[in-house]
Amino acid sequence: MPVEIPKDTWSGSVCTVTLGATTAAGGTRSHTVTVGGHKTLPFMHFEQPMAHRPVIALEIRDRRPDDWSPLLLEVWGNAVDDPASWANAGEKAGADLLVLSLSLTGADGHPTTPEAAVAAVKAVLKASGLPLLVFAPGQADLDNQLLVPVAEATKGERLVLGICEDKNYRTIVATAMANGHLISTRTPMDVNLAKQLNILVRDMGIPADRILMDPTTGALGYGIEYGYSVMERLRLAALQGDGNTQSPMIVTPGAEAWKAKEAKVGQDVPAAWGDWRERAITWETLTAVALIESGADIVVLRHPESLRRVRVASDDLMAVPETI
Amino acid sequence: MALTGIQIYKLLPKTNCKDCGLPTCLAFAMKLAAKQMELSACPHVNSDAKSQLADAAEPPVRLVTLKADGHEVKSGNETVLFRHEKTFFNKPGLFIRVQDDEAADGIRAKVSAADTYTVRYVGMDLTLDGFAVQSASSDPARFADAVSAVRAISKRPLILIARDPAIMATGLRAIDGESPLIYCADAGNWQAMADLAKQHRTALAVCSDKLDELADLTGKLKTKGVADLVLDPATRRLGTSLIRQTQIRRLALKKDFRPLGYPIIAFPCDASDPTQESVLAAQAIAKYAGFIVLNHFAPEMIYPLLVLRENIFTDPQKPIQVQPGLYEINDPKPGDPVLVTTNFSITYFSVANEVEGAGLPAWLLIVDAEGMSVLTAWAAGKFDAERIAKAVKETGVARKVARKRIVLPGHVAVLSGELEEELPDWEIRVGPREAVDLPVFMKQAL
Ligand code: SF4
Repeated sequence: MPVEIPKDTWSGSVCTVTLGATTAAGGTRSHTVTVGGHKTLPFMHFEQPMAHRPVIALEIRDRRPDDWSPLLLEVWGNAVDDPASWANAGEKAGADLLVLSLSLTGADGHPTTPEAAVAAVKAVLKASGLPLLVFAPGQADLDNQLLVPVAEATKGERLVLGICEDKNYRTIVATAMANGHLISTRTPMDVNLAKQLNILVRDMGIPADRILMDPTTGALGYGIEYGYSVMERLRLAALQGDGNTQSPMIVTPGAEAWKAKEAKVGQDVPAAWGDWRERAITWETLTAVALIESGADIVVLRHPESLRRVRVASDDLMAVPETI
Repeated sequence: MALTGIQIYKLLPKTNCKDCGLPTCLAFAMKLAAKQMELSACPHVNSDAKSQLADAAEPPVRLVTLKADGHEVKSGNETVLFRHEKTFFNKPGLFIRVQDDEAADGIRAKVSAADTYTVRYVGMDLTLDGFAVQSASSDPARFADAVSAVRAISKRPLILIARDPAIMATGLRAIDGESPLIYCADAGNWQAMADLAKQHRTALAVCSDKLDELADLTGKLKTKGVADLVLDPATRRLGTSLIRQTQIRRLALKKDFRPLGYPIIAFPCDASDPTQESVLAAQAIAKYAGFIVLNHFAPEMIYPLLVLRENIFTDPQKPIQVQPGLYEINDPKPGDPVLVTTNFSITYFSVANEVEGAGLPAWLLIVDAEGMSVLTAWAAGKFDAERIAKAVKETGVARKVARKRIVLPGHVAVLSGELEEELPDWEIRVGPREAVDLPVFMKQAL
């Protein structure tokens, strides 16, 4: 019985966004990374080849994090005290991209200074040729104070500056446009909020090929189903031709999973949770892979073993024989 | 897919004899379409029309149920490709596989541990569903022994795995009277497997890596009288599984293609890289498997998978909520703090479990935020100073505490000013963003 397999055809597609600029293009990156461009749902190779594979970013910090799980601090060792060494270690662990998260305060407890932020960004750019995303601490005034000098000091690098939220996006978008960078927007797990913010930033004139969108996710056990379904809906809307949902999607399963008690702590937890390290890595890996299958173009991770496993999974998702 | 009244009318005798109690065949057809009457009310329909009407009444993905001793695994009856379109209904069964060439002690240890495994998640006790016993030795007696050994320990549903019908027969005899799922029929053995399935009234899995052949086989098996079928499209990798399982679900739902309208069985147990077993199983949960066979029993892998299954199969139209109100944790006294959060059940349980686990007494004030988490509710305007103040008043918590101290989740620190205005005689404190950091905050800062 010959079975005719139904194929979806779509009128819309996801924008193509290139992160990083090489020397030839006015930056210093050893290579660039391109995401998006999809004309169909994730990994439906039998309809359309995937334009670009999902990529894995590793999150590093400008200083030793105060609230990270001991498992993460242990695996990165002394590198967590020096962003440049951490960037190197991340590149060696196989990351496609680096995310440098700036801390709210320095080790001395005072707010992070613009000088310190610029120094950390420059150190990371020098240590690794990977394209870079720089995420500010998430407090409007401080974010603007830090990101503007960072953007100016790295003009032309095609960094991704984050995070643009509905209450604070103007300064970041303006400095990204003035200095040849990209932006990442973030909205709390809601299709309409994601669309509205996209309209707001596009109204400022930033071209679509410089926008990433973070629809936000919860970790496994902590609301992943909301993030998962919002991403599926956004991707369907993008393919149906809704121009405000066509930015490639970035999510942070690493940060979310490692906030969950199941990953973060190993003591005073139920015996039925099993081995701590393996559970934590599984928590991060499963959160990430589920989101990749629902449409994530960039996942930001924290542990090198999760990174390795997500890489194996995404390679497998891409390696589909033509006969299928 | 349900037929319309007109489509049903075309299959009726069109004599308007009124024996069904209605004036015309068309009126009867309309009643049938609206499911207000049964086809049996018309004594004159021919058998061909009967079977066509019965087929049309079937769900697009057949419901297959495995039962054993009070345990039940139901798969199928799904109606959507994406959970946001409605919901996914039947959680896939998670089975642990043992092979008959494993040492008997090892089998016993693994099955005992997996059978009694239970883990608590947001107030529910989650467990595995059953076991799969696989013939790896090609020795019928060993297979029967392994089946008996598993059954001696666990009363949960079983899947028997053997391609040789003679071996399968010995396995079935070992649990005579039961109806496990048997795996599998293929192009070579399907007739003998169909006989076994009929004899023991079991569901039968069908395997082929070609959809054409798979559809052929299910058609033949159905004609032979085996109704409860399960599909194995024989993909064992992430990329190919995602595509095949999507294609099968689409054919069943969008094309009403009956030969592939059955639940799917997935085998993450065959992962070539053991660290990918959980990844394959997670994909199977989210993307359309009805039965999932795992190799390892390890709590650190099972717990995340059980949680993912709960999450994906949550009804998106009904966020899981707890009752708003005042909850007492560890027998609080008037001097203990009031912690406030939303009635999203994951939020509630994260906070309650942390505080309870740390042995700290507290009053937990749960605000009606329409079942949303703190950040989502705040963004949607469902968790603000006004709603918190309302909950304070409605629960009468002020009369229970001597020291009026209320702790806000760190994510909504911005609400503290407005809350001070709403609750002028209360001390407003900003707690941590995450529940996991509450015990330290309560010990050090309160
Ligand atoms: S009994 Fe059957 S044939 Fe007679 S009127 Fe009713 S539907 Fe028509």
